[in-house]
Amino acid sequence: MAELTIGAFPSLVGSMSLDFSFKLAEAAMAKGHKVNLWLSGNSVMMAKKGQKAFKDYSHLEKRMKEMIAKGLEITVCEACAEARGYHKEDVPEGMKRASMDWYLAKTVKTDRLLHIGGE
Amino acid sequence: MGAVKLLFVVQRPPYKSENPRLALTHALASQTAEIYMDDGDSVVPTVAFVGDGVLNAVKGQQAMKAYGVTSTESHIKGCLMSDVPIWVCKEDMERLGLKEDQIVTDAEDMGGADIATKFVSFADIQKEMETVQHLLFF
Repeated sequence: MAELTIGAFPSLVGSMSLDFSFKLAEAAMAKGHKVNLWLSGNSVMMAKKGQKAFKDYSHLEKRMKEMIAKGLEITVCEACAEARGYHKEDVPEGMKRASMDWYLAKTVKTDRLLHIGGE
Repeated sequence: MGAVKLLFVVQRPPYKSENPRLALTHALASQTAEIYMDDGDSVVPTVAFVGDGVLNAVKGQQAMKAYGVTSTESHIKGCLMSDVPIWVCKEDMERLGLKEDQIVTDAEDMGGADIATKFVSFADIQKEMETVQHLLFF
């Protein structure tokens, strides 16, 4: 089993790159790998619980909850979240908040780092 | 594990996306990452500006006046003061008509830095890309 760290920066609605990040994380977990997911920049949109699913927009909250239950370690950038009005009480269960040094520290032990940039 | 080298490659221009700012703030976060790491481990970042990203390093930015936010210039100076190497691609500067005296090279107005911006060829950046453990494109 290897460890994969994904730094995801795209927004939930727009480029589909955040969807890709979650799909990739899910595929790696299905193969038995440990996955750490860092959400920064516009991807902190995931740090708001109670998102409604519409067919016109990407919806990842349900998938994220299932992945957290299976062992996904997911952390959101605290400063990026606060800057956008997403507070501690908004965070979905199982998601952590930290400063950017959490992501940097993960690069030390991870076998692979995949950085998925924002728009 | 010891020291892990990271290269932050910034290719986006300033103020048109959050990417350059995030690259610089993440690179600076290497200074405090040890709270999450084992004794003896560290991360050693370098920030390289390429393509239109070299525009981030132009000095005299008035971001606070124009947008009410800190400038990428001030973040570059913060990196230099924290011993985070800053590289700027010479070929891309030439393409954009930028001279070395138009680029942020020190942090004298913020208390000074022990290191200065390096002007490097893309070949040097590419070599570094092949050397580091992890590559982060912004």
